[in-house]
Amino acid sequence: MSTFSGALTHAADVAPAAVAASGLFSLTWLLIGFPLAGAAVLLLWGRRSDKWGHWLGVLASAASFVVAVVLFFGMLGQADDSRTVRQHLFDWIAVGTFNVPFDLRLDQLSITFVLLITGVGTLIHIYSVGYMSHDPERRKFFGYLNLFVASMLLLVLADNFLLLYVGWEGVGLASYLLIGFWFVKQSAAVASKKAFIVNRVGDLGLSLAVMLMFITFGSVTFDGVFAQAGSASESSLTWIGLALLLGACGKSAQFPLQSWLLDAMEGPTPVSALIHAATMVTAGVYLIVRSNAIFNAAPTAQTVVVIVGAITLLMGAIIGCAKDDIKKALAGSTMSQIGYMILAAGLGPVGYAFAIFHLVVHGFFKADMFLGAGSVMHAMNDQVGMRRFGTIRSWMIVTWITFGAGYLAILGIPPFAGFYSKDRIIEAAFSRGIVVGLVTVIGAGITAFYMTRLFVMTFHGKKRWTDDVHPHESPSIMVVPMAILAVLSALGGFLLAYNNAIFEWLAPVTGFEEPHLAISSLGMEGISLVVVIAGAALGWFLYDRRPVAEIAPAGNFLTRAARADLYGDAVNEAVFMRPGQYLTRSLVWVDQRVVDGAVNGVAATIGGLSGRARRMQTGFTRSYALSMLGGAALVVAALVLVRL
Amino acid sequence: MNPSNYLYLSAVLFAIGALGVLVRRNAIVVFMCVELMLNACNLAFVSFSRVHGNLDGQVIAFFVMVVAASEVVVGLAIIMTIFRTRRSASVDEANLLKY
Repeated sequence: MSTFSGALTHAADVAPAAVAASGLFSLTWLLIGFPLAGAAVLLLWGRRSDKWGHWLGVLASAASFVVAVVLFFGMLGQADDSRTVRQHLFDWIAVGTFNVPFDLRLDQLSITFVLLITGVGTLIHIYSVGYMSHDPERRKFFGYLNLFVASMLLLVLADNFLLLYVGWEGVGLASYLLIGFWFVKQSAAVASKKAFIVNRVGDLGLSLAVMLMFITFGSVTFDGVFAQAGSASESSLTWIGLALLLGACGKSAQFPLQSWLLDAMEGPTPVSALIHAATMVTAGVYLIVRSNAIFNAAPTAQTVVVIVGAITLLMGAIIGCAKDDIKKALAGSTMSQIGYMILAAGLGPVGYAFAIFHLVVHGFFKADMFLGAGSVMHAMNDQVGMRRFGTIRSWMIVTWITFGAGYLAILGIPPFAGFYSKDRIIEAAFSRGIVVGLVTVIGAGITAFYMTRLFVMTFHGKKRWTDDVHPHESPSIMVVPMAILAVLSALGGFLLAYNNAIFEWLAPVTGFEEPHLAISSLGMEGISLVVVIAGAALGWFLYDRRPVAEIAPAGNFLTRAARADLYGDAVNEAVFMRPGQYLTRSLVWVDQRVVDGAVNGVAATIGGLSGRARRMQTGFTRSYALSMLGGAALVVAALVLVRL
Repeated sequence: MNPSNYLYLSAVLFAIGALGVLVRRNAIVVFMCVELMLNACNLAFVSFSRVHGNLDGQVIAFFVMVVAASEVVVGLAIIMTIFRTRRSASVDEANLLKY
């Protein structure tokens, strides 16, 4: 723990001041501007843009990528301490002394994300041109994709938490629209609603965090909050950290808000690749790493982050083992890999850079594998059940190679990308404690098992598909993005981690510290490699050597639990949905019987009494005269009594 | 003569008038009973004027007479109209204005 507090001061020391954007960096707003304009044209122009709309979408994303590359090289040319650039666009909210500017912040962390989002995003845009070519609503699809890219860029470029929140909600909206893109399917409509509602819970956490920051620091800008983070009380920092974690859990599908991600696979496959694997679901990791000044000073919150990451890591991996739907198995894997990132982010400065590194390479290999899965589905009449695949390798050799690169990368076989990133996280986890370290190693073993299962069930073994399916390789517009991502999955890790390049690049924002281990780093890598190979061998033995049943066997207790997403939905239903239903029903009952009953009862009573009183109006003059006489007599009697 | 006797007479006349209004059905008779009550009041006013030794009561008696005269004009006209349309002057039969 002594190294831990040492790192804390180290991270606080290096936080550089932002310089105003000038020259090249005044182009920063174009990053968001291009895709936003693309989305506006595609969604507002309507059917008139059907013919060329998809190419405009690709162009908007590619233009943003070009700007990102230009800015990246511009930033490389700057000195280390002037790489943080702030572009002031306009004053957004100015109330008295409280001022929230619409500022964009370009620094090492955000440019890393921008390159990932626009780079992978552009490849997936290109892939979608082919994948969605038979869909009559393709233009709308590209409009939503551009909207997503713009929102995601706003999220990572925002210079204050309120603006980040706008991007946060924007990606949530785009995710909702794209999961429910085929909303005529009941399951897709329900899945999009579920994703939106679960995300609301997380968004509540983020908004609470912003409010707590405003109360504690009187500011919501990054500089304003992080500069004062050292002086605030630990309890308020812990609460802010936990609220941020809740937000991260919602967006990144971490325990206990993990249930939406598996259903989100109802969306088109490029959406699953871009939003629900490579970029949006990693926003939670970005949030935690960006708020490192808060988490560094709140060890309790960090511990909770590590626990959440560790639980999700194992949950996702176990779910991935049992799913027969290729996309759901990959979604379980995504949950698990983001669990790794969250866990690393909870380790403090020793893990932040590794979390981001793993995030980037995960973006490569998981997008690669999702696009590969989409290519397989394309060839197999949109089937997703792996029990009906098998031996596809012979028909789709390119998809097999590209998917294989992603497969080796996620396993962490050297020299593929995952080897560099995942082993760093495992090392960092062991430097925190033996339990955390073991969880990550076991997770790596299970990962190897379920990915091997997925890979051999799909590409190897015996032919299990029906006769009406004719597998064929996808068109080149889909194959080329897959190939590029496969190359990145293969080499990206080595290139980025060469000489610790990406860690030193990120260090000014996140801090960086080599993990201290009891045994040598090489020995560590050896152990995890042995576990991975054991897991892969088990998967190969069970699903390649033995025949795969075309109809899923009943399975044991654990398999059934994993097929039911480890009862996440059942728990939500029993704990939140049913009691909520009973609560609302009882409230409706109270409203109808008690509140409405009282109001209606008073009205009915008065109405009835008036009906009776009306009867006194008989129309007989003499009875009126009698009542007048009686009244006069009463008045006189009263006067007499008062006089007495 | 003791002024109290006038007051007793006034009370008796008023009671007779009131009773007549309540028990008789013929509108003309009811009307006459009303006049009787008014004049009982007039008698009481004049008696009190005498007892207290000032003229206020007598002045008010004149006002009452004026009011009674104008009331007769309007009232008799109404009774005439009712009789013409319904061929009857019974106050109980003119009972359409009710709940």
